[in-house]
Amino acid sequence: MNAPYFLDHIWLIPLFPLLTAAVMLFYGRKLANNVVSYLCAGSVFVSFIFSVGAFFQLVARPENERFFTKMLFQWLPAIPYHMFDGRLAKFVASWEFQIDPLSAVMILVVTGVGFLIHVYSTGYMAHEGGYYRFFGYLNLFMFAMLILVLANNFLMMFVGWEGVGTCSYLLIGFYFHRKSASDAGKKAFIVNRVGDAGFLLGIFLCSAVLGTVRFSDIGPALLAGHFQMGDPRLTAIALLLFVGAAGKSAQIPLYVWLPDAMEGPTPVSALIHAATMVTAGVYMVTRTNAIYQLSPKAMGVVALVGAITALFAASIGVVQNDIKKVLAYSTVSQLGYMFLACGVGAFTAGIFHLMTHAFFKGLLFLAAGSVIHALSGEQDMRKMGALSKRIPVTYWTMLIATLAIAGIFPFAGFVSKDLILGKAYEKDLLLWAIGYFTAGMTAFYMFRLIFMTFHGTSRVDHEVDHHIHESPKSMLVPLVILAGLSIVGGLVSWPEILGGNSHFVHFLEPVVGMAHEARVEPLKGPSSRMGEINLMLMSEGLVVLGILFAWYLYIKRTELPAKIAKSLNGFYQLVYHKYYVDELYDALFVNRAKDLGLALGWFDTNVINGVGVDGAGWLTRFVSRVSMWWDTWIVDGSVKLGARIVWLCSFPVRLIQDGLVQSYMLFIVIGLIGFLGYYFYLAHHAVH
Amino acid sequence: MIPVDYYLFLSLALFIIGVIGVLTRRNVIIMLMSIELILNAVNINLMVFSRMWGTVDGQVFAIFIITDAAAEAAVGLGIILAFFHNRETVLADEMDIMKW
Repeated sequence: MNAPYFLDHIWLIPLFPLLTAAVMLFYGRKLANNVVSYLCAGSVFVSFIFSVGAFFQLVARPENERFFTKMLFQWLPAIPYHMFDGRLAKFVASWEFQIDPLSAVMILVVTGVGFLIHVYSTGYMAHEGGYYRFFGYLNLFMFAMLILVLANNFLMMFVGWEGVGTCSYLLIGFYFHRKSASDAGKKAFIVNRVGDAGFLLGIFLCSAVLGTVRFSDIGPALLAGHFQMGDPRLTAIALLLFVGAAGKSAQIPLYVWLPDAMEGPTPVSALIHAATMVTAGVYMVTRTNAIYQLSPKAMGVVALVGAITALFAASIGVVQNDIKKVLAYSTVSQLGYMFLACGVGAFTAGIFHLMTHAFFKGLLFLAAGSVIHALSGEQDMRKMGALSKRIPVTYWTMLIATLAIAGIFPFAGFVSKDLILGKAYEKDLLLWAIGYFTAGMTAFYMFRLIFMTFHGTSRVDHEVDHHIHESPKSMLVPLVILAGLSIVGGLVSWPEILGGNSHFVHFLEPVVGMAHEARVEPLKGPSSRMGEINLMLMSEGLVVLGILFAWYLYIKRTELPAKIAKSLNGFYQLVYHKYYVDELYDALFVNRAKDLGLALGWFDTNVINGVGVDGAGWLTRFVSRVSMWWDTWIVDGSVKLGARIVWLCSFPVRLIQDGLVQSYMLFIVIGLIGFLGYYFYLAHHAVH
Repeated sequence: MIPVDYYLFLSLALFIIGVIGVLTRRNVIIMLMSIELILNAVNINLMVFSRMWGTVDGQVFAIFIITDAAAEAAVGLGIILAFFHNRETVLADEMDIMKW
């Protein structure tokens, strides 16, 4: 088959960043900063071009043929094994790249936003040490993320999944000389291990139940296996996979690493911890939606966890004072929205929100980075204020992003969020109510951020105040582009009710409409046109209320927030300290793990070392002492006994051997005289 | 013609002086010299009996003994020098470690 060029060379997309990552990590030290910038941003740009090409060649195909795989090589040899139901299956894992509407969207987001953040980083990181190292990690991350979204099977996806986790660890701990940063890196890594364990178990169970880990074989396997709706095996797979997704996408109870991850450089927060990596969980759930759709229980769990996470994180975000922490909790909250969407069956809405979120949250982080850059590293919003005139470009772009995330008509966030809320409303009133309330809180805390940072009176430190400056062009251009995307991003799926045609959602539908007779009923739009309009008006009303509330508290009556905090002291402290979840985890798991370590250490010292090693030493000494006794008394003794006997027997003879030459001589003379005397005696008698 | 007995008595006297020297003197060099006296006493005996019987056997023996004495003196002095290097003494009663 003669495939179009870009589709046939889909595997090149992750390869470009990998090559430059290798160059950076092996030779980067010797390269000048601008060479590093051009190489790294350039390779991502080439990937972006290839992604755009692949996207358009995919769109050019008829709707039912928008699926293409490119097999590079078989990775693991086919290993036969028995499935749970006794059938023989072959475990096959290949390096096979897959592009369909879902991965096409993902690679566009990853390479597009990734490229803008690379450009931004050339400005932001210009004065930092380890410039080449930063870009090397960033490109390695791009490679892993692209492998993740282009993978055709669970195993290859897992390679990317772990790759992005590793790069996340490396980049959170980029300022490794700061203990808090290296601790945050470790925390992210360890919390993700918990999720990844679930993910791995999910993969194992999937291959044991369905006999395949290839995404495009899952649907047929479900059909062939005649799985009933709500099959407990599928629920188990779905829930285990969701554990992995919750770890990577920072959902309750595994969200704790993401706020700490803000220790990394701000572009990293934007790229990894807002736009791309943390959405991998949402992507994975959508990718395996065929399994989820057969398990209403798992869907319910996903929706509930998403909704609660959205509310919970938003409530913490309301009281944070660190500008990046607010955005971090906002990210957790928005990811909760995406899972809420997946959980109510609106996978396309989840992916749509993922895309718009990548635009406006990436922009928010980059703009926050620009603010921090302008304030020489200050992140505490209590030491900001009245910056709107001083750094106007940052202000306006950040305001656009804030309007988008708050869901103001007609920005991108409005379209995607209302899509999710509309679907949730059809499914479950409680889920909708949580999402609706969270939308109001989102508007409140985001405008609290805007007002505290850019409006009111300046609380900036005196010496910092002199150095306030607008960021360089390399940082502002990405801001402006992302601001544009945050405005028009919603247009790609403008709701039909407002005269649009929901292009984006329809484009993704082949991915989630797995051919399976048992799948959930497709969601019909809100029961009436007026219903949908009313929902939109309601959420707009709540959002405006939230904004007005923020304006009243942080512009009009600035003394009020402290008073409220005081009057609600107990509750305020609870929320301010993030519901003491970190402390709870410390008490439940971290300290228990430390106790376990201490116990094992005690075991090592006293049992392994004490009984085992020292015991062996003692035994050796004991045996050698016995052996020595034997040698001394039995072996040596018998030799000495022989010598003693000889010594005793030699008693009289020994005395004449005194070692003196002259005494020997004397004996000779005496002997001579004796002989002579005897001779004469004989001679005398012989005569007679 | 001096009778043979005279020579034998001279020889006996020399022998006894030599034996007494070996037995009583502590200095190893003097002991070696006394041994030379003993050997010379033997030589005189051999020469006397050679003359008495009119044969050369005794004279040949004497030559051998002189040669042997020279060799013995050389080796003995060598041993004494080496010993002196080690112990800084040439007294025979201090050389008593070769015993049980």
